[in-house]
Amino acid sequence: MTDLVELTVAEALDGLAKKEFSAVELTEAHIKEMDRARELNAYVTETPELALERAKASDERRAKGTAGKMDGIPVGMKDLYCTKGVRTTACSHILDNFVPPYESTVSQKLEDAGTVMLGKTNMDEFAMGTANLTSYFGPVRNPYKRKGDDSFLVPGGSSGGSAAAVASGLCMAATGSDTGGSIRTPASFCGIVGCKPTYGRCSRWGMIAFASSLDQAGTMTRTVRDTAIMLEAMAGFDPKDSTCANVPVPCYEKALTGDVKGLRIGIPREYNPDKGLHSDVRHVWEATAEKLKAAGAEIVEISLPSTMYALPTYYLIAPAEASSNLARYDGVRFGLRVDGNSLDEMYVNTRTEGFGKEVKRRIMIGTCILLEGYYETCYLKAQKVRRLLCREFEEAYKKVDVILAPAAPETAFGKDDDSTKDPLVMQLYDVFTVPSSLAGLPAVSVPAGTSDENGLPIGLQVIGRPFDEETILRTAGVIESMSGMSVRPLRVGGK
Amino acid sequence: MSIDKDAVKRLANLSRLRIPEENLDEMVGEITKIIGWVEQLQDVNTDGVAPMNSVVEDMKLPEREDVITDGNIRDQVLANAPEQMDGYFLVPKVVE
Repeated sequence: MTDLVELTVAEALDGLAKKEFSAVELTEAHIKEMDRARELNAYVTETPELALERAKASDERRAKGTAGKMDGIPVGMKDLYCTKGVRTTACSHILDNFVPPYESTVSQKLEDAGTVMLGKTNMDEFAMGTANLTSYFGPVRNPYKRKGDDSFLVPGGSSGGSAAAVASGLCMAATGSDTGGSIRTPASFCGIVGCKPTYGRCSRWGMIAFASSLDQAGTMTRTVRDTAIMLEAMAGFDPKDSTCANVPVPCYEKALTGDVKGLRIGIPREYNPDKGLHSDVRHVWEATAEKLKAAGAEIVEISLPSTMYALPTYYLIAPAEASSNLARYDGVRFGLRVDGNSLDEMYVNTRTEGFGKEVKRRIMIGTCILLEGYYETCYLKAQKVRRLLCREFEEAYKKVDVILAPAAPETAFGKDDDSTKDPLVMQLYDVFTVPSSLAGLPAVSVPAGTSDENGLPIGLQVIGRPFDEETILRTAGVIESMSGMSVRPLRVGGK
Repeated sequence: MSIDKDAVKRLANLSRLRIPEENLDEMVGEITKIIGWVEQLQDVNTDGVAPMNSVVEDMKLPEREDVITDGNIRDQVLANAPEQMDGYFLVPKVVE
């Protein structure tokens, strides 16, 4: 029998149903693997006792015939989801002692489906980062290495811990969250599938907020089928989130027909700049489009002319919302308090010590943009450009069913590379993910090949119409089967 | 308004953050760079385009029954407070 940690979610559900192994055995195997791979720093809080308790309950449900759709599947939970009784920090010092008295809707739904939470995964502080270098608990290491080079590579961010954990078999699936690419970039860097569904598809209730008009919960798994299974378990209307859409959740697995005949796939011209796209990424993108064409899809060149304005738009809207959302960390009701002689001094002391450098930078920028004088020229202008970007996507979807684009301009980079020193350079890694975030569209990053230069995985992004996750997953499923990429974890230190 | 040291101090005060004197120049540089970089948005013609707050703006804001839904878990909520007393959050003395 294959090692239990190497199974996909679908295979494990099958094995559990056939009584080939128990949920407790599956959970124990993963706990052992987490011990072996602690050098990745993928988890910031491990909950093995709770996991074994839930695994035991799962086995009992299965014996009684009341097993849920993901019953017994060990999952990682991004540390941005509030989990009742389990420390939740968003990887910030300001929350490093916070134990929520309630459960987020998404994590509750996953628990209701029978999943077994193994722990909370590392992330960029308040999800602000593209490399998982801003976490208060230190960086996460990508399980992949460049060919012939042992250097520490980043897993991408902000859901870097989830990505590294899924990629190396430290859980079968994990939650991520995506504001401007925080699921899709790490999925691409770590060779896994990462899906950001439509804004409003999953409830944001109990997710620690970064930029509320952009934040969306999503999935990180090793296969497209696993994404389909997990997304169905997570998604759905929640009256506690007024932006959560009251639309039915389909059975996403049924959408995986393996057929793209007649599907119109758009290739946006603006996503193929002369500079800033690695030739290996371009090659994988073009080769995949060719293969999809051979499989019967129609490849259509499209134009999204305002694409170049998406990044500056995002970097105005997101910090503005963040500066407002993060005003709640004041040392009064939860989290860190650093005393001062007055109430104001206590606020300042607490926030100055509690927030990391990148978070402070974004709060300052957001505060600036919301000032009189900048509000009109920066913030409102960005909101207007956002509408134009949305309209361009709407126009494009009259001609095509999905859009195929790179997920990231490059493969995973080194922790100490020069690019990590300059925030403006780091932001460029979001160039292909931010436009669909601003438009609230569903997008999935799927491993499509590897770089000839360094052997690292390359993900491509399939972007769809609002609430049409089915078509992007169907397309991603075909890309996955054509890619020849392994769906087995890259285990740290070998088997 | 250009960003200088005084402007950064004002932003820090509004953000309830302290930027050490020796880091002020760096912050002036960073914010100036960002503001300069986003300047390119002025090239986009947005005449007659309304600002977009949210992609779900067409959705009717849902209403619910006006009932208390806080879970009635005061003590659990207070358990996370740095300081509390008699069911209240405690802050440094505000009124002399």
